[in-house]
Amino acid sequence: MLKQPIPESAPIVKKRISDPLPVQIVLIGLTLLFFIGFIFLPLGLVFAQAFSKGWEYYLESIREPYALEAVKLTLTTVAIVVPLNAFFGVTAAWAITKFNFKGKATLKTLLDLPFAVSPVIAGLIFVLLVGSRTPFGSWLGEQGIKIIFSTPGIVIATLFVTFPFVARELIPLMEAQGRDEEEAALTLGARGWQIFGKITLPNIRWGLLYGMILCSARSIGEFGAVSVVSGHIRGQTNTIPLHVEILYSEYNFAASFAVASILVFLALLTVGVKVTLEKQFQKNSFHH
Amino acid sequence: MEFFQRKRRNILPGFGLSMGYTVFYLSAIVIVPLSMIFFNTIPMGWEPFFHAVTAPRVLASYRLSFSTALFAALFDGVVGLLTAWVLVRYRFPGKQFLDALVDLPFALPTAVAGICFATLYSPVGWLGETLSKWNIEIINSPTGIVVALIFIGFPFVVRTIQPVLEEVEQEIEEAAQCLGATRWQTFRKILLPHLFPALLTGSTLAFARGIGEYGSVIFIAGNLPMKTEIAPLMIMSKLDQFDYPGASAVALVLLLISFSMLLLLNAVQEWQQKEYR
Repeated sequence: MLKQPIPESAPIVKKRISDPLPVQIVLIGLTLLFFIGFIFLPLGLVFAQAFSKGWEYYLESIREPYALEAVKLTLTTVAIVVPLNAFFGVTAAWAITKFNFKGKATLKTLLDLPFAVSPVIAGLIFVLLVGSRTPFGSWLGEQGIKIIFSTPGIVIATLFVTFPFVARELIPLMEAQGRDEEEAALTLGARGWQIFGKITLPNIRWGLLYGMILCSARSIGEFGAVSVVSGHIRGQTNTIPLHVEILYSEYNFAASFAVASILVFLALLTVGVKVTLEKQFQKNSFHH
Repeated sequence: MEFFQRKRRNILPGFGLSMGYTVFYLSAIVIVPLSMIFFNTIPMGWEPFFHAVTAPRVLASYRLSFSTALFAALFDGVVGLLTAWVLVRYRFPGKQFLDALVDLPFALPTAVAGICFATLYSPVGWLGETLSKWNIEIINSPTGIVVALIFIGFPFVVRTIQPVLEEVEQEIEEAAQCLGATRWQTFRKILLPHLFPALLTGSTLAFARGIGEYGSVIFIAGNLPMKTEIAPLMIMSKLDQFDYPGASAVALVLLLISFSMLLLLNAVQEWQQKEYR
């Protein structure tokens, strides 16, 4: 269905105060210079290096068994981490935005805590908690459960690092939406899950999706925390970024950048999705 | 508004369940693991703790992380303000494209950023080759660390200034102009004070992120002891030697710095909200 665009404000054309053209040109030029040095050159470099030994070497680098194992491990991690943190994000946002209680501000600050923690410390705390040299870790080891230097360790460290993403997207969104619609549904006799499924979830779906995309992007790319708990065992505990690091430190630059180019592609995709979702957002709030 | 919200009763279902799960998950994933830092430093006693965090190599790493993050945050403050200004105020082809790419440092894995900058500034790299002719060394030097941190912190500043700049009312600027202020005076005396809290918030976020950053830095830094060894790398090397108390001690100091940055930020935001009233 086509909709006629509605003019944003009164049709009086108001002249915006603006800077003189030379100033504009200089400032835009400086900004472009920064983007060239810090965004475009690094991006161009990835592809130039990735293809420096030709197409065939590129394809070989991303299809060799160790690379594929790394991709598999990263995807496994994402498949576990994103649903868990998304479920938590929705639950936490529901508790925080739909009720009044004491200590709400403190709780919100605590949710953001992982952002203030260095990735290396994020890895360290799990080594201290369940590493083989700790009481709990050695007990787990006796039961035959290995966490650090194996997949579970990578998963928990990633859970910690990406912990706030979904909640952080949803809380401001749900705060702005208020609770009138849910309360109206309640007075009309809807049950809790009905309210959530038919009112809240449709309202927050784009925010939830975006939070999950951010969470996946970080899960795929996390380096510091994973590097502490992984042990760098090729074909077993190597995620994509760790594989990139190993290839790089072996001076196999073409292969390293070839694998890195997958990550760059995913990052660009994330950025693109954000733009699309923002447009969707604006359209949605426009119809309200 | 606030008055009504305070009087409002909680009538929706699911408080116990959602709150219980939130607290449980938060404790299991964040609070309990983080507390391990304290449990590993407390048995150390004061003296060994002090000894561990004031060892010359550790002190040098703190100094390096702190100063490089500060320089990067200052640079980001300037470039971020410039970028936000250009993106909000001007119209030019490719603007939306640039705007979207501001988020790239958020989305790009840090290790990829790290190998990019290390290769770009290596003596045979695209930029390093020219720079080495002028005897400017970026790789294996604190400057290289600053370069990586500028990239990492850049979106924080742009994304905090942009919404504030978008909401500045044109009337304020028009009034200043009617009263005879030049464009520069209007910017310096009217707009800059208005944007300052956001600028400070963005730069503080970039700074806090820079102190703990690891992936993008280690490739370009060279990691020479006493010279280009950042604090997170100190934790890493202590861990490799199974010096768990030592690693925790260094981490505790780093955490305290980051948390005080966060508290400072909260104070700034409160001050910012008061300004608007």
